[in-house]
Amino acid sequence: MDILETTRSALTSILANRMRSFLTILGIVIGVTSIILLISLVSGLKTYITSQIEGLGSNLLIVIPGRIGGARSPGGVQANRLEYSDAANLRNRLSDQAQVSAAIQRNAALKFGNKNDKGVAIFGVEATYPKVISLNLTRGRFFKESEQQAAKKVAVIGTTVKSNLFGEGKSIGQAIDVAGLKYTVIGILGPRGAIFGIDLDNSIYIPISAAQRQFGIDRLNTIYISANSAGNVKAVQDRATALLKKRLSEDEFTVQTQEQTLSIISQVTGVLTAALGGIAAISLIVGGIGIMNIMLVSVTERTREIGLRKAVGAKPSDIRNQFLIEAIILSGLGGVIGIILGIGLSLLIGKFFTTTVPLWSVGLSFGFSMLVGVIFGVAPAIRAAKLDPIEALRHE
Amino acid sequence: MSPLVKLSQVNKIYSAGEIPLQALKDIDLEVKKGEFIAIIGASGSGKSTLMNIIGLLDRPTSGSYYLENQDTSRFSQDHLAEIRNKKIGFVFQSFNLLPRTSSLDNVALPLIYAKVSSSERIKKTKKLLKELGLEEKINSRPNQLSGGQQQRVAIARALVNDPEIILADEPTGNLDSKSGAEVMSIFESLHKTGKTIVMITHEEDIAKHAKRVIRMKDGQIWTS
Ligand SMILES: Nc1ncnc2c1ncn2[C@@H]1O[C@H](COP(=O)(O)OP(=O)(O)OP(=O)(O)O)[C@@H](O)[C@H]1O
Ligand SMILES: [Mg+2]
Repeated sequence: MDILETTRSALTSILANRMRSFLTILGIVIGVTSIILLISLVSGLKTYITSQIEGLGSNLLIVIPGRIGGARSPGGVQANRLEYSDAANLRNRLSDQAQVSAAIQRNAALKFGNKNDKGVAIFGVEATYPKVISLNLTRGRFFKESEQQAAKKVAVIGTTVKSNLFGEGKSIGQAIDVAGLKYTVIGILGPRGAIFGIDLDNSIYIPISAAQRQFGIDRLNTIYISANSAGNVKAVQDRATALLKKRLSEDEFTVQTQEQTLSIISQVTGVLTAALGGIAAISLIVGGIGIMNIMLVSVTERTREIGLRKAVGAKPSDIRNQFLIEAIILSGLGGVIGIILGIGLSLLIGKFFTTTVPLWSVGLSFGFSMLVGVIFGVAPAIRAAKLDPIEALRHE
Repeated sequence: MSPLVKLSQVNKIYSAGEIPLQALKDIDLEVKKGEFIAIIGASGSGKSTLMNIIGLLDRPTSGSYYLENQDTSRFSQDHLAEIRNKKIGFVFQSFNLLPRTSSLDNVALPLIYAKVSSSERIKKTKKLLKELGLEEKINSRPNQLSGGQQQRVAIARALVNDPEIILADEPTGNLDSKSGAEVMSIFESLHKTGKTIVMITHEEDIAKHAKRVIRMKDGQIWTS
């Protein structure tokens, strides 16, 4: 009996029990759907973060406290010895090759009249910040070096802050309340979107001097360095590292290029993909057990049929193939439905978060579901192939 | 001419139960090509057991079985399947048609295992169903057919691969007398075309259609 005939007869028997076939493959459908969906979320996240980071410019380097891969966690409170003087030192010594801006960050509530905006990210940065990281100002201006020197209370606000506090009204020149102190709005940033529920536009930029004074912070979260050309990035990294080493020990800071940041992100998302995919794969195995269960029932139910087929000339291998192919078709069908559902759901979720369905995830989950069919179809198929024809024909 | 089937000193002992049960005792039997034989005997006398051995669905506990001068004890599982497919046609008391499957597909089943092409299968199957007066029932499923019609589909299935021997285990057992007579007239005309037929029955009336009657009692052949 050739593969085509076997497939035809397997399809006939699957279609004869539509409802049961559907319930049988439900486990596989759910497993594949969740694999596709989870992978599309993680790779969407990766695509998004990557584009955000690349949007900052490939010439960017960041200095963060602590050592990545070292004993202490990066940015850990005790580990942080990064000071404003380090940033100033870097700016002076690297002025021929790079632009530098220190940055600190706090969250605080904003007020204007009777309007509130809670949980706003307050970035204290230097006047050089727009030269280091491209900012899209839709109105007004960024603060000047003189304002930063004088710790002037001025603010450039994100679009969410603008609409929460001012709605359609005038915002430039207005004084907003930042954790108790009044800041004058001088500029508005263009929209940048959200990432996993974190609204990047719910933020303001103020002079680092003012922020340090108001919040009593003397440590830095980040020093941003932008090399003047792509060819300089490595040299700038080496020089910055050498300069910082004069005051700090090796595990108190990290100078990281964009390339290194991206590789860390791809490591993290890789681990995430493996973990989530692994969890989803467990449901595929559960689905496979469902298929095995139904195939065993089916072998018992069709014992007479098996006996008859043997009587008219089916070899044990013909019977084995028939049931094996039936299991594989069931799981493959579950895989296809799961892929369609997964892609559909991921497109739907794509309206809110970035999702991308990589081709390899489609191939992987389809292959895996077929494999589940083979693995869990073998036992029932062998049982069917071994049935004694006379006993099978006598079966009630 | 050498016999088609030659059984010598065949014994079949079922030892699954507490006391071993001897279903067949020292059976010697020859079936020549073209013979029409009826095996008659009381329930439990070993008729079906004998037929299953002739049909290569079962193997004797001891003794030898030569089919067309070949020692069947040396055949592999796959070879046995091939012989059942090409040389033997079974007709059962309870028809054993595949449910939810058309007459056409039921009859064509042995041809699928014989790897006959789809167009050839349909041609042969339609011709046979027509000869057996089932032209209009080609696409009917077993549950849409009368008992007599179902048994005629089953006979078509037994004939479709042009076997050497037809083995029928109480083919009229589940049929009314009219349908039973139809089946017997089919067997008689098959006999006229030279087919070898071995048929089991309980009824003397049915056995009369055969040219030779074998009587069985307690696993032994009494008259032959
Ligand atoms: N698989 C088996 N295991 C144990 N004993 C069996 C088995 N098959 C048949 N027998 C026994 O062998 C004997 C012969 O059985 P067989 O089926 O050949 O009788 P039969 O002549 O066909 O009877 P019937 O006319 O009722 O069909 C019976 O006593 C039966 O109980
Ligand atoms: Mg019997």
